[in-house]
Amino acid sequence: MHVPDGFLDAPTSIATGVVAGAAVLVSLKGARRELDDRTAPLAGLVAAFVFATQMLNFPVGAGTSGHLLGGAIAAVLVGPFTAVLCLSTVFLVQCLLFADGGITALGTNILLMGVTTVVVGWCTFRALQTVMPRRISLVPLQAAIGALLSVPVAALLFVGLYAVGGVADIPLDTLATTMLGVHVLIGIGEAVITFLAVSAIVSVRPDLVYGARRVLAKRDLQIRTGDEVAA
Amino acid sequence: MSAPVETGERTPSRRVTLPRVLVAILLVALFLAGFVSRYADSSPDGLEKTAEKLGFADTAGPHHTSGSPFADYAGPWAGIVGVLVVLVVAGALTWLLRHRGASAAGGAD
Repeated sequence: MHVPDGFLDAPTSIATGVVAGAAVLVSLKGARRELDDRTAPLAGLVAAFVFATQMLNFPVGAGTSGHLLGGAIAAVLVGPFTAVLCLSTVFLVQCLLFADGGITALGTNILLMGVTTVVVGWCTFRALQTVMPRRISLVPLQAAIGALLSVPVAALLFVGLYAVGGVADIPLDTLATTMLGVHVLIGIGEAVITFLAVSAIVSVRPDLVYGARRVLAKRDLQIRTGDEVAA
Repeated sequence: MSAPVETGERTPSRRVTLPRVLVAILLVALFLAGFVSRYADSSPDGLEKTAEKLGFADTAGPHHTSGSPFADYAGPWAGIVGVLVVLVVAGALTWLLRHRGASAAGGAD
């Protein structure tokens, strides 16, 4: 979903740049609370992993492809603020080194594919954690559902931005249905990759998964209570 | 230091060390970007396809960095280079944040 230069007019691109910049500043502050012995070494690798996975376009119907955006997976693994920084790094490097995503659209791309997918992915994940049983085995599924929702929401936000500052005069309802249709399918791919990657880390070191900490801490208490009752 | 977290049920008999997890993630990322990416679908992505269908694809301007040797992920090393560059930039940023964050908080960790 990398937006090239020219799709959105200058005022809209400047506005998204300002919002994305503000989000990065907030994340620079917020990430300090997330970065500890476990998340700090992981953060750079999560960014590298998202970059690698974004190269893997998978087919989603006739002549169309899609790739992981990565907000949900990064937020669950290292925390939402750190995730915004990881994804912003990915889009910056893609834009400067690989001509992927316009330079004037960098703010738009950080906002759409970074901030939006992190916010939607993380909020969905946390909401599911509060309503579902606190089981470590559910963490990959909750992350996958967050990933599933994050992609169509990002697609709809693009439609919203296009309604405000799109350069071409096109029917917005057609734009919305086309974007949504394709990105629901891409969201399924995003969910599968997120599920597999989070499952892999949860299975070897669940304590390294930022989003699993509350579950682990809670279960500790439950086990101790069980031991005392048994004794 | 954060509270020790021990997993109660199905604790692995030998806990995988953090460096091993990190190396494994790096190897997977390098493998995906350096090798698997050759088999990626080269069709236009969801946004490009939508732009083609609705007739606004030609409003995309030429890219400012299209002169980069790795533009459009050209060459066999583009993926490897990208993974390493992203790792260094994001790793340095988070390392600096943690370092400065700790000293700003008076070392209260």
